[in-house]
Amino acid sequence: MNIVVCVKQVPDSAAQLTVEGGNISWGEAPLVINPWDEYAVEAALQKAGDLGGNVTVISMGKADETEALKHSLAMGCNEAVLISDPALAGSDNVAAARVLAAAIAKVDDVGLVFFGKQAIDSDTGTLPAQVARVLGWPTLTLVSAIDELSADGIKVERAIEEGRQVVKSRLPAVVSVIKDYGEPRYPSFMGIRKAARATIPVWALGELGIEAPAPVVAWPEVMAPQQREIATELITGGSPAEIAATLADKIMAEKVL
Amino acid sequence: MNFGLTEEHRMAQKMVRDFSQKEVAPIIQEYDRKQEMAPFILPRMGELGILGICIPEKYGGQGMDYISLGLACEELEAVDTTLRVVMSVHTGLCSMTIWQWGTEEQKQKFLVPLARGEKVGAGAFTEPGAGSDFSNIQATAKRDGDDYILNGEKMWISLASKADFALVTVRTQKNAAKPSGGLTAFIVDLTTPGVTRGDIHGKLGVRAGSTGWINFQDARVPAANRIGEEGEGFKVTMSAFDNGRYTVAAGATGLIRAALEASTDYANERKAFGRPIGQHQLIQSKIAHMTLNYEAAQLLYLKAGWLKNQGVRNTKETSAAKWFATEKSFEAANEAIQIHGAYGFSDEYNVERYLRNARGAVIYEGSNEIQQLIQASYALGERKDKALRMEMPAYEESV
Repeated sequence: MNIVVCVKQVPDSAAQLTVEGGNISWGEAPLVINPWDEYAVEAALQKAGDLGGNVTVISMGKADETEALKHSLAMGCNEAVLISDPALAGSDNVAAARVLAAAIAKVDDVGLVFFGKQAIDSDTGTLPAQVARVLGWPTLTLVSAIDELSADGIKVERAIEEGRQVVKSRLPAVVSVIKDYGEPRYPSFMGIRKAARATIPVWALGELGIEAPAPVVAWPEVMAPQQREIATELITGGSPAEIAATLADKIMAEKVL
Repeated sequence: MNFGLTEEHRMAQKMVRDFSQKEVAPIIQEYDRKQEMAPFILPRMGELGILGICIPEKYGGQGMDYISLGLACEELEAVDTTLRVVMSVHTGLCSMTIWQWGTEEQKQKFLVPLARGEKVGAGAFTEPGAGSDFSNIQATAKRDGDDYILNGEKMWISLASKADFALVTVRTQKNAAKPSGGLTAFIVDLTTPGVTRGDIHGKLGVRAGSTGWINFQDARVPAANRIGEEGEGFKVTMSAFDNGRYTVAAGATGLIRAALEASTDYANERKAFGRPIGQHQLIQSKIAHMTLNYEAAQLLYLKAGWLKNQGVRNTKETSAAKWFATEKSFEAANEAIQIHGAYGFSDEYNVERYLRNARGAVIYEGSNEIQQLIQASYALGERKDKALRMEMPAYEESV
């Protein structure tokens, strides 16, 4: 059984985002693999041996957006595919889920699909469940550990607000992983050399055999959040108890409590 | 002419940056204060392939080019000089010299474990009484059957107490026509009986690194460990410096960048006279100089790296890159302290560590006075590169 890992290319987290004329810009900041997706790639690479198959990394983006795919190849993924078609510009999550599901269906004998828990640009965290819904497969979100994995099924630990939840599922399934899964490996130099020379196949909608899905979400207006003035005051002098009392008075005076 | 880095270069650069920023930056101040080398650094750099970055795959390395070596050194020293020093001695002085001058048997025996990071290498040239005046070193080796017997002391040797092997140059002929003609190089297993070593404490900088001494007292070294012919030790050592200096130049460029980034961050944040200090022209002047010097230092080392890739001798270019980058890194760190004001004087900020670390590189790997003599001797026509019996191989992608 093979594994697919879906990755997204996003602006570097240190980028200064601005909004001009309704368009979001990150200036000259580099585009990188979504940091959460690195955990998904790590999970896929660790588990590939258990299923005895390859790891294919898939990304959806513009024709030249191969940075995240090459990073994943350099980490050790076997194959990479870019889904790119001008008709996909402005896709929302529902459209992206249909396109990714069609791409996953084109890969032979997929047992598991990995996602990072969310992308740092759109931050919805819903795509893994949406893709699973289109495929008709179970979805296991916010996974912190995979306890058992074989062709018969998967047993995972999910991090939820109340604590940990252990869940079993049949395969194929869609899994989104969180940071607790384990620190992603760095790309190896050998992997870098391979990735830099790789020609990444591009699948357009025609190759997926689908029409461009109509988006259901519209963005009538995009604006930068209003900046708030933050006043900082350092409470000095006196004993720790006196400083704490002064702090408590100020908190009460500001009606924070 | 193409000034752009390749995708491979950028990925390698990011990988080394991620390692040094994530794993070393958070702990380096603690080890600098303790004057100890963090124990994970050497094994981790070996495991990640950084130690063998530019050595061909067939000798256990990663098969990247010389520019990648420079970029890695820049990223490493942008966090701490200690990391780059490891590259200078393990990779530049020891591994690359064996690659250039070693026999196939020596490469298999010594280079392969060094490139894989299974063994650690050092370069032992300087002595208590001879640094810049290298041709007058006093340590000796005498032939005894299939061995040489080494005696003498080496001083200011990075990784002296950590390394498994050291490339050591000693005198084998006392009355050579030219003193430099009586020198011979050896690769020495530092566990050999008669070899003792230790660390030097109380250094101004590179405190999270390991610098020490190695003493040889009737240490028996197999003749099979001789690198090059008898009497070729000076040439072997100068070849080692061509690579060591390259790593120092690239690393010092990283230190300029670190000082610049610390300065711009602080200048945007700190206010004086009602506005961020970055809006004051005298602060801008300092930052402008750092920016210019960073760009120039990077161009100098990248040109040297490009020449290395072509297999062209680069003693002049590497020397210039080392001279410029180390001088400007000290200047940048000093100005960064000035920009930080009194805070820069304390170890609450990194810039005081940058200054202490930058100072050593103006002296070691050929003092900057020696670099000036090299530049002048080329310019005056007194010095010309002569073909070596063993040249540094050009970069070959598939090797």
